[in-house]
Amino acid sequence: MAERKFSWPARSEATLIGKDIQRIDGVAKASGQAKYTADINTEGTLFARLLTSPHAAAKIKSIDVEQAKKMPGVRAIHLFKNEGDEIRWEGELLVAIAADRVELADDALKVVKVEYEELPFYVNEADIVRAAHADRTKGLGKNEKGDVDAALKTAAVVHRGYYGVSTISHMCLEPHGSHCQWDGDDLDVHLSTQNVSGTPGQFAEPLEIDASNVTVTSDYEGGGFGSKFAADEWGIACAKLSREAGKPVRLMLDRAAELKIAGTRPSGYADVTIAADSEGKIVAWDSVHWGTAGFGGGGVDVNQLPYPFDFENRRAAQIGISCNTGPNRAWRAPPHPQLCALTQTAMDDLAAKMKMGSYEFFEKNLAFALQDKGPVYAEQMKIAAKAIDWKAKWHPHGQGGKGPVKRGLGLALHRWGGGAGPCTCTVKVHQDGSVETFLGSQDIGTGTRTIIAITLAETFGLPLTGVKVNLGSSKYPQSGASGGSITVGGVSGANRRAAQTALWEIFDKVAEKYKLESADGLVAKGGDILKGKEKICTWKQACSLLGPMGLETKGESSQKTKDGLTSDQVGGVQMVDLSVDTETGLVRIHKFVCVQDCGLILDELTARSQVLGALIMGIAYSLS
Amino acid sequence: MNSFEYASPRTEEEAVALLSAHGGNTAVLAGGTDLFNLLRAGCITPSRVVDLKNIRSLQGVSATSRGVLIGALTTLDELLVHPLLKPYDSLAQIADGVHSIQIQSMGTLGGDLCLLPNCWYFRNGYGLLGMERGTSLPATGRNEFHAVLGNRGPAKFVSASRFAPALIAWGAVARIAGPEPGQVSELPLEYFFTSPKTADQGVTVLQPGQILTHVLIPDPVHDEVQSAAYEVLQMEGLDWPLASAAVCLANSAGVVREARIVLGHVAPTPWVSLDAAAALVGREIDETVAQAAGNAAVASATPLSENEYKVQIARTAVKRAILRAAGQLEGALS
Repeated sequence: MAERKFSWPARSEATLIGKDIQRIDGVAKASGQAKYTADINTEGTLFARLLTSPHAAAKIKSIDVEQAKKMPGVRAIHLFKNEGDEIRWEGELLVAIAADRVELADDALKVVKVEYEELPFYVNEADIVRAAHADRTKGLGKNEKGDVDAALKTAAVVHRGYYGVSTISHMCLEPHGSHCQWDGDDLDVHLSTQNVSGTPGQFAEPLEIDASNVTVTSDYEGGGFGSKFAADEWGIACAKLSREAGKPVRLMLDRAAELKIAGTRPSGYADVTIAADSEGKIVAWDSVHWGTAGFGGGGVDVNQLPYPFDFENRRAAQIGISCNTGPNRAWRAPPHPQLCALTQTAMDDLAAKMKMGSYEFFEKNLAFALQDKGPVYAEQMKIAAKAIDWKAKWHPHGQGGKGPVKRGLGLALHRWGGGAGPCTCTVKVHQDGSVETFLGSQDIGTGTRTIIAITLAETFGLPLTGVKVNLGSSKYPQSGASGGSITVGGVSGANRRAAQTALWEIFDKVAEKYKLESADGLVAKGGDILKGKEKICTWKQACSLLGPMGLETKGESSQKTKDGLTSDQVGGVQMVDLSVDTETGLVRIHKFVCVQDCGLILDELTARSQVLGALIMGIAYSLS
Repeated sequence: MNSFEYASPRTEEEAVALLSAHGGNTAVLAGGTDLFNLLRAGCITPSRVVDLKNIRSLQGVSATSRGVLIGALTTLDELLVHPLLKPYDSLAQIADGVHSIQIQSMGTLGGDLCLLPNCWYFRNGYGLLGMERGTSLPATGRNEFHAVLGNRGPAKFVSASRFAPALIAWGAVARIAGPEPGQVSELPLEYFFTSPKTADQGVTVLQPGQILTHVLIPDPVHDEVQSAAYEVLQMEGLDWPLASAAVCLANSAGVVREARIVLGHVAPTPWVSLDAAAALVGREIDETVAQAAGNAAVASATPLSENEYKVQIARTAVKRAILRAAGQLEGALS
């Protein structure tokens, strides 16, 4: 028998993989049948509302909830803070009240009496001088290579500039929150989370119950962007309120709290000196950058600047600023967007100073691209330049038109790790030919459910309707959190392995039943089992050989699984043609091109959506 | 949101009577596009909300012997397409610039003219003046969207109305009913808006029990009138202008004989710039003349700590509104 290896079918031979496949849950979402955490409303559900701090820094002198307890409809009250506790940012949670209706909870919050001793605060993330004066700065290390000072002295052109991108908020469409319901010591949590498998323990410990008592469910989710990995103090509070009231409780952050406490991306500001020789080759990078990740300081990692280049002489230093603002959370490819903006805007300004074209300048410096990606970027730049018609549209810097509206081109490069996230799944093939998979992953709105269905349907030669995807429960086989762009790699790899393992076992039974020499050459396609063009049997006939128990196989994925199903380390190039109204600041984008390493595309429609989403997000980054 | 009574009168008289109750602690519901935001945020806590939508006399656009009469309940999309309003280019430009089908469909002209400020201090419960323990928060805190003109008094917010500048430029008149049943008064729309000096004053002249019923745009006295508006928004979608300008130019033989220039979103009230208008009178419009008017419009600006940029934007809005009215905006930008 020929060796059996896990592999993907060639895209040209695939029935579903790589095609435009609409989301299998699209209709459910568009019609409202899909229930998000914010929709869960089991019988008797109470609604919790939050009192948050109006002060950025304060000490609590007293909290009095006695009057609130007597308000109509109030069933339970949870205190996040007590007398003597300190407030470190506006929006810190003080009190949660669960009541029969949202309005009653709001009314009760209004009679909570809190006395504060206000304290000095600092919130200016961009002004390093004021931050230092306020004693809010902390050196977070340096990173140096070569001899920067010597290189600067001998450089043909030196440019110094100030660059920065501000803190931005995750602002998930569905706010953070949960619905908690107890049955004895068992806790059912509907949680808006990117981390179904990883959150039961986070509930169990503070509630002093076993993790096995907790079931976390997230059937649908309205976005997380890296901010929904934890149970969070408001999730624990929801469970406590529910236990105290003896009723289910739903607690979702309101929009203001979502903005203030549920996650931010750190800011990054930099004083950059960059130099090149007369040919345009960068000979030195010297930067000090600062920013905030909230009260804890922090910011953009010093070890990754410049990006995605490693110049021969470089020096970077980082200063963190402690601001009285909500804490940061992981944000789409942290902290690559900031690194990209800081490095490549400075590079483009140096090109302008040298009167070089941006394309030629970047091309000349691809030799410094990390991981020897220069040749890849070079090809990507050619593709992008053709798509945006760079040669025809390019004009030297500063010559974008006589009127106030200036038009020009820009480009940037990026990289990301990616790869396969940890995932285990159980695939069941039933005797009647139906197929389902179980995994404790979650679809955060990115099409995970559809990707898995495509993988299974392609493997078994079935239509998408022939497979069922069960995810979003912590009782399913453990799967990693959805973050870092590793979910598709993880879930598709694991399901492909489990499905191929099952298929091979089915092929063996078919070969035996139909007295074939071996199972070699058997394929599952179009609902049949074929050998070459010869139909051996139908899929259902093949599955009937499995007996009443059917067949159950396991699949796994992780960064360590190196069998060729997934790869990592991607790069890409983006180019934009836009106009800036220099009298009003209005930016108008005429064309935006993205050339991106994608690896195997499972669903081209979803892949395109992902790229479009990234482009839109990039526009928001640069204009915020 | 506090509990409140709901009333749905059929006539202006009923509405006036209903609004006069509860010591005037009442609110008007027209399109409702902003009222519910205010109620939910607790910015206003009326004892009674009076829904005007069933008062037929407040609806529609009609021609009268004095000009075009626009009911306060006329929606923004009606303003956009009504044949009687076709000559008033600036109004259509404003309506078209409200990039929200929902607000165009539900929002009313009366609601726009009576909008409360979008000042973040007001919307977060610090009152119209944004005061905390005797300190003006807009004066000492974040003020990037606040006033750059008319801001020496306690009010630092900007007037939220988008249509007021264009209507004032056209010389519109406000018709007001109440506070006594049957009582009706009129005044130039320019004087409808007020800059509050104390926390209990409002942003219009309306007293408890009064409603804005109509806006009259008098027929122009000149034959050749050009109008235009120009709004600068930070976002192309649903957003409020950072600054706007509306102009009406009465011309003769290519020369401006009379001009009205009104800025929006730069002061606690719509801001009539006589200096900008004077810079146009007797001249042919070109980019230099328009720029001079823009400069004149903001010459007395007193920006706050974070909003100097708005001076430039207001200047540009004036310049471009003039060029647009004169048909010269296309080609002047790139």
